[in-house]
Amino acid sequence: MRCFFVARSAATSPPASRWFDRGEPVADVGRAPMSSTAEAWPVESRWRSLLATYRTLARTQVLSQFQYRAANYFYMVGMVAEPIVYLVVWSTIARQQGGSVDGYTAGNFAAYYITWTLVRNMNIVFTPFGWEDRIRTGELSGWMLRPAHPIHYDLASFMGWKFVVIVLWLPIAAVLTLLFRPELQTSVLQVAVFAVAIWGAYLIRSLVLWVLGMVTFWTTRVAALYETYFVAELLLSGRLVPMDLLPGWAQGLAWAFPFRWTFGFPITALVGPISNGELLVGLVMQAAWTAVAAFVVRIVWRRGVRRYGAVGG
Amino acid sequence: MKNISRTRLAWLHFRVSALNELQYRANFWLQLAQSAVWLTSGLVVLALVFSRTDEIKGWTRPELLAVVGVFTLMGGVIRAFIQPAMQRLLTDIREGTLDFALTRPADAQVLVSVREMRIWQTLDILIGAGVLTVAVVQLDESVGLGDALAFAALLLAGSVMIYCCWLIISTGAFWLVRMENVQELFDGVYRAGQYPITIYPGWLRAGLTFVIPLGFAITAPSQAITSRLDAGTVVVCAVTASALVVSSRAFWRVGVRHYAGASA
Repeated sequence: MRCFFVARSAATSPPASRWFDRGEPVADVGRAPMSSTAEAWPVESRWRSLLATYRTLARTQVLSQFQYRAANYFYMVGMVAEPIVYLVVWSTIARQQGGSVDGYTAGNFAAYYITWTLVRNMNIVFTPFGWEDRIRTGELSGWMLRPAHPIHYDLASFMGWKFVVIVLWLPIAAVLTLLFRPELQTSVLQVAVFAVAIWGAYLIRSLVLWVLGMVTFWTTRVAALYETYFVAELLLSGRLVPMDLLPGWAQGLAWAFPFRWTFGFPITALVGPISNGELLVGLVMQAAWTAVAAFVVRIVWRRGVRRYGAVGG
Repeated sequence: MKNISRTRLAWLHFRVSALNELQYRANFWLQLAQSAVWLTSGLVVLALVFSRTDEIKGWTRPELLAVVGVFTLMGGVIRAFIQPAMQRLLTDIREGTLDFALTRPADAQVLVSVREMRIWQTLDILIGAGVLTVAVVQLDESVGLGDALAFAALLLAGSVMIYCCWLIISTGAFWLVRMENVQELFDGVYRAGQYPITIYPGWLRAGLTFVIPLGFAITAPSQAITSRLDAGTVVVCAVTASALVVSSRAFWRVGVRHYAGASA
């Protein structure tokens, strides 16, 4: 299997935005041997076959990613610096202001930003910058011969990688907990919603970035579009600060985008403050965005493929 | 073959890199977009912070803006002149192609350090300088000549230290071979430099001073330009920089001797 982290050769791949999606692992999906006799899948067993596909691809990824433990750790530890910066700044302010900022104590910030590290990892999916390569090299041609919609191959292999990430994350979280002393008051319900919401976040972001990536079918001058998208996401997702700390108009604006449901919501679901009603709203919004994004992926893919012409892959 | 001087060698490589990259004008806009994203996120956090407080650990708004300026400027220096060459070095060590550099009749350390540059990244140097200027104008006290000189000297010393630090990291690849993800690690840690390291807890401050010398490279010049520098810092900075130059070169030599090459 090819190395999971794409080497950054400046000549071919545009240096993606520096710290959100640069060097994000580009899945080497679907190199696992797949059954090619599946064109005659009977309808009733289609779901079962798809499930088997997911299981196989995810398992392959788990095995292959554990081979690259060190590389994965470099990546994850480097990523931890960002929330530590925010955490230190905000907990310093909380202490200066006699204990809290807008109701957040230093301990609350610690809980928020430590959970942040896991949610951030769940948010890493196939980068839209990778689509240029997929189209240019003709990799997609091979994909089209496969029995299921190509997105399943991305979803399944990244899902396998996520299991590895969650395991590798536990020691990081333990160290951060010792260092920053989070205050965490949560409930069984909140933990349960969190466990669902991180996968919802993963699904929504995978689908939305697929749509963005597929813009490459029409034009390769996509860098500015992606940068704009990423900055909007950065500001309105709860990544910089908890949503509660944003000015009112920004919080209102965030309702128009999927960002907060993929980042701020899962974190707040676990660490609070959040009511049961808000938990429900969050899950419903995640479901709604998943449905919308899946629909758009379907449409754009169909049209995009018609534009696509390439030699074999 | 006649030996050419090290400066001339560096200049020639710089010229070739520049000419090569200037062909790709569209990259300018890409770079501009990226720089804007970075700067925006930095400034938004500052705005949010100062909507709630007047200072963090004694640093006021224009002073922190100056830190953001130095952070951006130094980031530009690193990504234009330091990281690309080191990244190439890591690749060459891994693939065994370093032989082509080592067999040339020039100082190998100089050669591997000047081979790659990213000219468009220098845009960040300009943007950083711009932010810094805005910050300095907003400062209450005017910047004295001494402060300005110390600032320039510390900035230079800081770049040298970051270079040495990168050289030591890359030289580690002679033993560890697969280190291409170390840049992710460095980029991540570098972000901590957008605030003065004095706000961080002790263990982190020590790490950001002596492991990755961001304290010297970013915070110290910022202290100079905001007139809060003491002479002790300058001395420590000078000593550390010299020590790093000597030790990184020594380490590089040991590494090269250890290198097996492609044909081994």
